[in-house]
Amino acid sequence: MMKRKRVVITGMGVVAPNATGLPQFEDAIKAGKSGIKFHQELKDLKFSCQVGGVPKIPQELLDKNFTALEQRGLLATGLIYGGIAGQEAWTDAKLSIKHELDTDSGIIFGTGVLGVEKLREAFNRIDDKQVRRLGSTSVLQTMASGISAFLGGRLGCGNQVTSNSSACSTGTEALLMGFERIQFGKAKRMLVGSCSDSGPYVWGGFDALRILPHQHNATPESASQPLSAAAAGFVPSSGAGALVLEDLESALERDAHIYAEVLGGHVNAGGQRENGSMTAPNSTAVKSCISQALLDAGVNSEEIDLINGHLTATAMDSTEIENWSQALGLSGKEFPYINSLKSHIGHALAAAGSIELVSSVLELSRGFIFPNINCDTIHPEVLKLIDEDKIPRRLVEKKLNLLAKASFGFGDVNACVILKSYDK
Amino acid sequence: MTTEAIQERLKPIVKPYVNNQENFNNLTSESNFIEDLEINSANLVDIVLDVEDEFDIRIENDDMEKMINVEATVNVIQKKLANK
Repeated sequence: MMKRKRVVITGMGVVAPNATGLPQFEDAIKAGKSGIKFHQELKDLKFSCQVGGVPKIPQELLDKNFTALEQRGLLATGLIYGGIAGQEAWTDAKLSIKHELDTDSGIIFGTGVLGVEKLREAFNRIDDKQVRRLGSTSVLQTMASGISAFLGGRLGCGNQVTSNSSACSTGTEALLMGFERIQFGKAKRMLVGSCSDSGPYVWGGFDALRILPHQHNATPESASQPLSAAAAGFVPSSGAGALVLEDLESALERDAHIYAEVLGGHVNAGGQRENGSMTAPNSTAVKSCISQALLDAGVNSEEIDLINGHLTATAMDSTEIENWSQALGLSGKEFPYINSLKSHIGHALAAAGSIELVSSVLELSRGFIFPNINCDTIHPEVLKLIDEDKIPRRLVEKKLNLLAKASFGFGDVNACVILKSYDK
Repeated sequence: MTTEAIQERLKPIVKPYVNNQENFNNLTSESNFIEDLEINSANLVDIVLDVEDEFDIRIENDDMEKMINVEATVNVIQKKLANK
């Protein structure tokens, strides 16, 4: 078998409800800053859950990333978030945008559904017999691969350019797809990430499933409570995260800053069998996904310092802890530290994996564990499995070596990645 | 409306789609949208929609196909205005 290439992370970008831009995001997650707000629009539309996470995009930032022409009729918020995060990651990696085609670079940038606001406008126009007035950007803004198409053109990427879609595991899956492509020598660098639109047309289906909290409309910042005894459902959110993955040799050659190394990972599905369903994960598959990721990375479970969990703030949180505990063979005080970014920003759906990966890589490279917020009282089922100290509620400054990040998605799909801090 | 008057109103419509600023600064009636002004062909439909709004006219597909340069576009607009 050919020797697999080592893959490192050399650039990142993020658009999150609590901060836009990498330095601001680092400050926000260290401080445990919530990005969840009450939205009058949701109240007017009679949503049960009237809180959510929407990134703030100042006009100046929009102008930096989209031409005046591209901004005309631009309603696809996912495209805006992903376009900004993707370009930030590329710039952060100190990669230039060349006039010539770059066949060594590709993009895997996923989403759940893109441009629902634009789709709504299109439906209304078409029903009004005004299809001829849709304009030229309707396709770009509403096709799932619109985000990778936009970034591909912006950056001149000539390797694989595509968009994956696997619900809440989309971002983590995108990273693993890009990782494998570089491992096997098919690309030198891959911009990977994911984005998710904001607003009622994306979140409505979840409100209808009654899996969003309705108790916190007056107290939005405490609405998202992963691992808490009072967890009442996930808070809908949105945004984008992006990471530049690069062949280690190529990164060293151009003297790039290296944030961390991707050691390995695994993707699987639970087939909606056993205790799995469309909305709940099959625990056997979750545990297998984690074990296979460790095996692929070649690390022992005791070496994991920190887990960035999926932990959405539903009744499944304790099941997730149980799965981690069994897969790692660790419990109580032996269990690694664990945190959930969803306590800060809610559940960014298709964007969750990539935003959370950006937070994970920041923790590894800067040496800290961001605090879990809104879990003063940890769920008793969780405390039966792991020690309370393993769920930091305050910022911990600590050198970390290995981090496991997992995402579990609607449809019973799983993805787990193992990241390692990089020392020269 | 005179040819000059229409051309003056057409300029700001076309401007945001132009990729060759120099040729736009030296715009003539023969300026070709794609070849001289380097407008992306997909944006021609946006120009047609903007022209419809500006002049309160409706441009059908066969007329749109003729609108490849400034002169042809002005002619189409003039004809539509005359038939209003």
